[in-house]
Amino acid sequence: MEILDLSNSRDDEFISQVEEESGQRVRLCYQCGNCTAGCPYTFAFDIPVSRMMRLLQAGQKDQILSSHSVWLCATCESCTTRCPNGIDVARIVDVLRHMARREGYATERGVKVFWDSFLESVAKHGRVYEMGLLTSYIAKTGKVWTDAELGPRILPKGKLHLTPSRIQGREAVARIFQRYKEASK
Amino acid sequence: MSPAYAYYPGCSGLGTSMEYEQSTRAICEALDVNLVDIPDWSCCGSTPAHTVDHTLSCALAARNLGLVEKMGLDTVITPCPSCLTNLKTAVHRMGDEEFMRRVNSLLDEPVGNTVRVKSVLQALIEDVGPEKLAERVVRPLSGLRVAPYYGCIMNRPPEVMEFDDHENPVAMDRLMEAIGAEVAPFPLKVECCGASFGVARKDVVARLSGKLLDLAEANQAMAMVTACPLCQMNLDLRQGQINAATKSQHEMPVFYYTQLIGLALGLDESSLGLNKLCVNPGLALREAERKTAEAAS
Ligand code: SF4
Ligand code: SF4
Repeated sequence: MEILDLSNSRDDEFISQVEEESGQRVRLCYQCGNCTAGCPYTFAFDIPVSRMMRLLQAGQKDQILSSHSVWLCATCESCTTRCPNGIDVARIVDVLRHMARREGYATERGVKVFWDSFLESVAKHGRVYEMGLLTSYIAKTGKVWTDAELGPRILPKGKLHLTPSRIQGREAVARIFQRYKEASK
Repeated sequence: MSPAYAYYPGCSGLGTSMEYEQSTRAICEALDVNLVDIPDWSCCGSTPAHTVDHTLSCALAARNLGLVEKMGLDTVITPCPSCLTNLKTAVHRMGDEEFMRRVNSLLDEPVGNTVRVKSVLQALIEDVGPEKLAERVVRPLSGLRVAPYYGCIMNRPPEVMEFDDHENPVAMDRLMEAIGAEVAPFPLKVECCGASFGVARKDVVARLSGKLLDLAEANQAMAMVTACPLCQMNLDLRQGQINAATKSQHEMPVFYYTQLIGLALGLDESSLGLNKLCVNPGLALREAERKTAEAAS
């Protein structure tokens, strides 16, 4: 196990920033491990969620933001629901993911590209256009659709439309994204 | 006719979960639950938006809440748990004035945060109720043993979702019993199916959804019943991928609960989109009919 030199690497500003953005008090965690025990993603996480909380208390910004876990959390709300101290753990992980994004960490690029493609679709059409989302995901990852074998199963069902459903208010939705971008400059 | 609900179908209802959408509308009509479409509704932002920013995410949801306010209706209902979570979280967080101000600053027109949000499931339990549903059943599904699977976010976290039990929800179980089906024990009711990682991390979905299928089969369910488009897609469309990855051979039909209610109400199969399911439910339904007939003779 890696040994942390807390006196040198503790980033207090990081801790208060997470507390501020999540509205949660990080020091309340007493490491009972309930969140990790219930987290269905522990098998896929490089840092289990309770350890993420501990590293957060120790202000270990870089370790946390460069983890795969922040991208793999599904926000299933198991940790939040079961924390005996009422910490909204999933919200903290969400905030960590926002920070990872802002600071250019993306350890699960496929996941990030998928989400980005989704939002681009919403910004453009006002609603998500599933076929367009997949096409854009493939174009950006260079992975020929790894779900290709699903094509014959789903296409005959007529569920994937080949044209987007455009709404009147798509410009109103685009403006939401626009204002968000300006506000976060 | 009961009081009207504003209705938010959600994007997947126009595509990959169109049979959920069709069957929801069909049973609401049959049960006199009055749905009024929100004119020009937009995407709630789903999971991707809240992974980017909470104000942005709530603003995308709030645009729709604003449209409901304009309709003069006080409650909006949606079939999709992901839309439900976003709409409910927006209402919950906008209880904080400062946060609401930030959300409103992203919108063309500010919202007042006056609208209540419920799932269609909650509306059916509260507005119709299992007893009244049972009275309307013309084709009881008594031979069908089902495993009801709620997914992770329909009831969690309880402070936000305010409906049913967050560890052992029963609303869908009650409705299934009301239409005569047998409910198999299913202790993984609120476990995650792998959510939206199907495209980027299939291995995760295979493992998590695989566990759900294993358990349903171990408990002798003839079908799974879901209330979430993402859960249904992972379990049904991806069942072949899951079988390949976990070396299993499931052939488990995965219904939307609204489809089974529709069948029991005697609605036309084509109005319930049964032909949109990937794992053909015909076998299980015929087997159920055979068992029902056997028990009756
Ligand atoms: S459940 Fe809560 S208190 Fe326990 S380890 Fe997780 S965050 Fe800490
Ligand atoms: S919300 Fe994320 S961290 Fe919490 S239990 Fe679910 S997957 Fe794990």
